[in-house]
Amino acid sequence: MSRRGPAAEVDPRGVAERVVDPELPMLTLADLGVLRDVRVQDDGAVVVEITPTYSGCPAMGVMRADLVHALHQAGFAEVDVRTVLAPAWSTDWITAEGRRKLAQAGIAPPRSAPSRAAGPVPLDLGPSRRSAECPLCGSADTEELSEFGATACTALRRCRRCREPFEHVKEI
Amino acid sequence: MHEETVYDALTAAHGDDARWAFGAGFDDPLAGVDTTVPDRVEPADLGAYCLMLGDDALVLSQRLIEWITRAPELEEEVAFANVALDLLGQARLLLARAGSVGVLGRSRERAGASIPDEDALAYFRDPDEFRCTALVVADGGDFARTLVRLLMASTWRLALFTQLQSSRDPVLAAIAGKGVAELSYHRSHAARWVLRLGDGTAESHRRAQAAVDFLWPLTADLFTPTEVEARLAPAGVAVDPGRLREEVHGVLTDVLTRATLTVPEWPASAPPTGRLGQHDPGRSEELTDLLAGLQGLARRHPGATW
Repeated sequence: MSRRGPAAEVDPRGVAERVVDPELPMLTLADLGVLRDVRVQDDGAVVVEITPTYSGCPAMGVMRADLVHALHQAGFAEVDVRTVLAPAWSTDWITAEGRRKLAQAGIAPPRSAPSRAAGPVPLDLGPSRRSAECPLCGSADTEELSEFGATACTALRRCRRCREPFEHVKEI
Repeated sequence: MHEETVYDALTAAHGDDARWAFGAGFDDPLAGVDTTVPDRVEPADLGAYCLMLGDDALVLSQRLIEWITRAPELEEEVAFANVALDLLGQARLLLARAGSVGVLGRSRERAGASIPDEDALAYFRDPDEFRCTALVVADGGDFARTLVRLLMASTWRLALFTQLQSSRDPVLAAIAGKGVAELSYHRSHAARWVLRLGDGTAESHRRAQAAVDFLWPLTADLFTPTEVEARLAPAGVAVDPGRLREEVHGVLTDVLTRATLTVPEWPASAPPTGRLGQHDPGRSEELTDLLAGLQGLARRHPGATW
């Protein structure tokens, strides 16, 4: 075999963990909690498992290509990126570090995801119970402007104190 | 050789420069997922069932997309686009699942070999090969009808997906598991709007009631199993839609009553038509128009690449 192998000390997990999300580039895939597994098979191929945030997440193709690209650059010739659909991703999988980076970038991180009991999903007709602190001034007095935002995972809110609008990663 | 840009990485990942121009293209949404068919299940039945659920999502997604640049406010346009994207994602996974068990019908020969299964199914089937229900096909009408329809369709689908999470087909179970959180969000968004419209001005009330009266009869076949569902439900793969009736009626009655709207009599159960590709005359015409918009360009340039 003439192909260049990775330096012995290169950890493919570390390489994969540093790849960033295409839509929230302040987060790595590890921060976002979509990287499920990284392992090296006996034949030297690296197998990476990722999971989509939302069913229609348009970033999956780019994530896959970015992972292959980063691992190729680190010297791993064979890379197999696999999709894992279950268990479904939840915002609870965003790491503490990820939440810190979101807030630093002016995006309110999610609170705990709603717990789901077995059986029919109860209908909630009241005003949205989601809440978030303003990532700019820290005020808890904020309101939801739109349940949907510029990406699948965000809603749009506004701070009643400093009046600035901001994005909020909504809990699912 | 190392790629310099994301675009290079995307194309290099597939080993050639030509990309199918109109569809999802880059990656198999089920790459790496175990697509073995569970025992005692006919692949043709499983595929047909995935088409029913996938086509509902694809067609409703397209109906919502029709509002882009036309919604009364920017926030609602963004909402419709987001809901449509979630549904499109569900459709893509379900159509890919149908393709994975070999249910492609004549779409494969029309599409050519290079196009992914889910795109062949979305772009290269004729109206009588689509297995969606009348409720999602009907013209969106005004803003009120769009939201009342979204409420009805997401209530039915959420009830179904909640139960489908325990399907013996692990792929269907996983797709349902992902969809539940999305559909809960869609349903609550639509329900809040129906409250606002029904209990709003005289005009918004009138339009919301007209939407309810128009859409109600289209639910007649939603709770009648097709033969495929009648075989798959006892096998633990599909959900018998008859078991959704109580929950769906309960939720819709609750929302409409609070919205000060009159709840019509539930229509008597009707045999499935759309689910068999036998779309009712008016619906058939509407589906043909909708698919012309969705498929026209891809069919005009089959196999086109960029």
